Amino acid sequence: MVEIFILGQRYEVPEGLTILKAFEWSGFHLTRGVGCRGGFCGACGTVYRLQNDHILYYALACQTVIKPGMILGQIPFFPAQHPAYRIEDLKPTGETLLQMYPELLRCYGCNTCAKACPQEIDVLNYMAAAVRGDIAAVAEISFDCISCGLCVARCPSENVPPNVSLLARRLYGKYLAPRAEHLRHRIQEIEGGTYRPEIAVLKSAPVNELRNQYAERQIEE
Amino acid sequence: MTYPAEMRASLDKVEASRPRRLTESFPRLDPQEREAILHTFHPDYIADAFREIRVGPNKGDRTPRELADTLEAPSILEHEGYNLDEILRQEPSAFCDVLVIGGGGAGASAALLAQENGADVLLCTKLRFGDANTMMAQGGIQAADKENDSPAIHYLDVMGGGGFTSNPDLVEALVMGAPKVIAWLESLGVMFDKETDGTMRTIHGGGTSRKRMHAARDYTGAEIMRTLRDEVRSRVAERPSIKVWEFRPVIELLLDEKAQIAGAILKDLDTSRLMVVRAKSVIIATGGSGRLHYQGFPTTNHYGATGDGLVLAYRVGARLAFIDTMQYHPTGAAFPEQILGQLVTEKVRGLGAQICNADGEQFVYPLETRDVEAAAFIRECKKRKRGVMTLTGQAGVWLDSPLIDLLKGPGTIARELPAMVRQYKRFDIDMTREPILVYPTLHYQNGGVAIQPDAGTSIPGLFVAGEAAGRHPRAEPVDGQQPAGRVRVRSPLRGLCR
Repeated sequence: MVEIFILGQRYEVPEGLTILKAFEWSGFHLTRGVGCRGGFCGACGTVYRLQNDHILYYALACQTVIKPGMILGQIPFFPAQHPAYRIEDLKPTGETLLQMYPELLRCYGCNTCAKACPQEIDVLNYMAAAVRGDIAAVAEISFDCISCGLCVARCPSENVPPNVSLLARRLYGKYLAPRAEHLRHRIQEIEGGTYRPEIAVLKSAPVNELRNQYAERQIEE
Repeated sequence: MTYPAEMRASLDKVEASRPRRLTESFPRLDPQEREAILHTFHPDYIADAFREIRVGPNKGDRTPRELADTLEAPSILEHEGYNLDEILRQEPSAFCDVLVIGGGGAGASAALLAQENGADVLLCTKLRFGDANTMMAQGGIQAADKENDSPAIHYLDVMGGGGFTSNPDLVEALVMGAPKVIAWLESLGVMFDKETDGTMRTIHGGGTSRKRMHAARDYTGAEIMRTLRDEVRSRVAERPSIKVWEFRPVIELLLDEKAQIAGAILKDLDTSRLMVVRAKSVIIATGGSGRLHYQGFPTTNHYGATGDGLVLAYRVGARLAFIDTMQYHPTGAAFPEQILGQLVTEKVRGLGAQICNADGEQFVYPLETRDVEAAAFIRECKKRKRGVMTLTGQAGVWLDSPLIDLLKGPGTIARELPAMVRQYKRFDIDMTREPILVYPTLHYQNGGVAIQPDAGTSIPGLFVAGEAAGRHPRAEPVDGQQPAGRVRVRSPLRGLCR
């Protein structure tokens, strides 16, 4: 058994559990602070210290195995500003980012955000790119962000890196990435009725006929 | 090397037998053997795990006991002693045109399109907005938009993948609408993988005849979900508006005297307060039910996937369809605990990894169909007792990944499976040198609330979108159809499995 401390209370839990399962094993019925349980949704941002150690550590509760003496606290919700906007009215420029998130300029490069990131994203690097107006770099560096909010909780200049980078990724995806023209072409064909007759024939074909066609279909290499 | 000593002994046997197994191939089962193993060990055929539903529109139909129990359970109102008349005398907490239940891809899309079309929308969700299976979909999303592809070719692939049992109207809506959905997502800013000229980079999914699976690295669902969620949040101040309520699940739907949808009763999970919402129509987008852990199986599903929408719809008289079949993927992670139930892609076996039991011996051809492969793993663990047990009591069999580099040359694993290598590395397991432990995992709820092509149900004003909707019976899965199903709204039918 391993001794841990949850919200200040001592518990003993079996070795090898994740922080999340250690909570549950100890009798906590989690509503907040738990989500996909697979490391994708960012619901279970957790902070902890180890005994006789001054360092504050950060983790996703569903992805981290308990260590002896962990003193655990969760941050299930942290307030974060999000302006109202219509993506179609925005320009993919640094000015847009600054207009939506003027506090960007208050970033003084302390790097606490990157230290807090359980995804090991170089948050400071993309925040610097945001200040420079390099939307493509923000989009690229921040892509694995799961919006757990741990960097938001720690930022001394009151920035919200996940929302800044999300806006940058959307601006990149909509305006800067090359558009898929073949998609438009196909939609025009569909709306013009190009495929209606062929689908109608397939829909009314007897199952045996469909089976034959399916068996003989050409598979793209 | 983080395998504990208890598992180490078995792992040594796998390593010891590896040189011999390099040239050894386990024979495929013949058709009779396949049938026999399915009927004895596939979870869908474990008669004891099913029972007839005793009440309601599906009375007499077979379904897993866990789902039957959930459907028949008393209302929370009754169970927790609330007085319905008193609740209904309260001033409603909100009025809206459209109430969307569920905050995943289907719910977010439904909310956006309803608002664009002039409706005041309230989206309520049991957990956080965006906590959903959509967020976890890694592989991709299908649409026939390339030159060598067409909706008709897609139609045939889907029908074949569904064993020619799918509803043709729903399949037509899926294949004709899919390119529009991709274009819509692109216009919202989803960063799809593209060539420099904008051509979508697409790959094959299981059972496809054309490369039509679109991806955003291996975060496809997450990228779609966070974009949709951001779009909803950015419209909060508009008129008509989209309001979002988190941690407020619907616990009952309300009908008016004409048996039409009139709203819902919600429970605030933080305060335990009940709230009444009056709505002109309701869209159920509550996702699947893997978290009922049918027959004790692990699942790839989100924490909130407990089949709530099925119960809500059933209690107001909507019929469920195809609820006697669930999709089990044979290779879910069985160790480490952190990723229990998560998907290990079929590609690992495709590249040459063998399946071994606790003694380091093969017991099944690695590339049988998913259902047969899963049944063989279960037989090895449950009947023959030659599975490996983890510290948390999860059984599993070895997927001998290091064989791949021995068969195809050093570096193959790192090149072909980079995301998986990274995933296991997080837990100090080097899958290029050590095997990984796997067990079948609950993946997708094949059935759901019966819908028409416009997503309507038999209850006026009640619609269903995404995995909560029932579409067709037991069938071989076609990879990557589900995200398409999840984000479709104009005709929000079900996708066809991952």
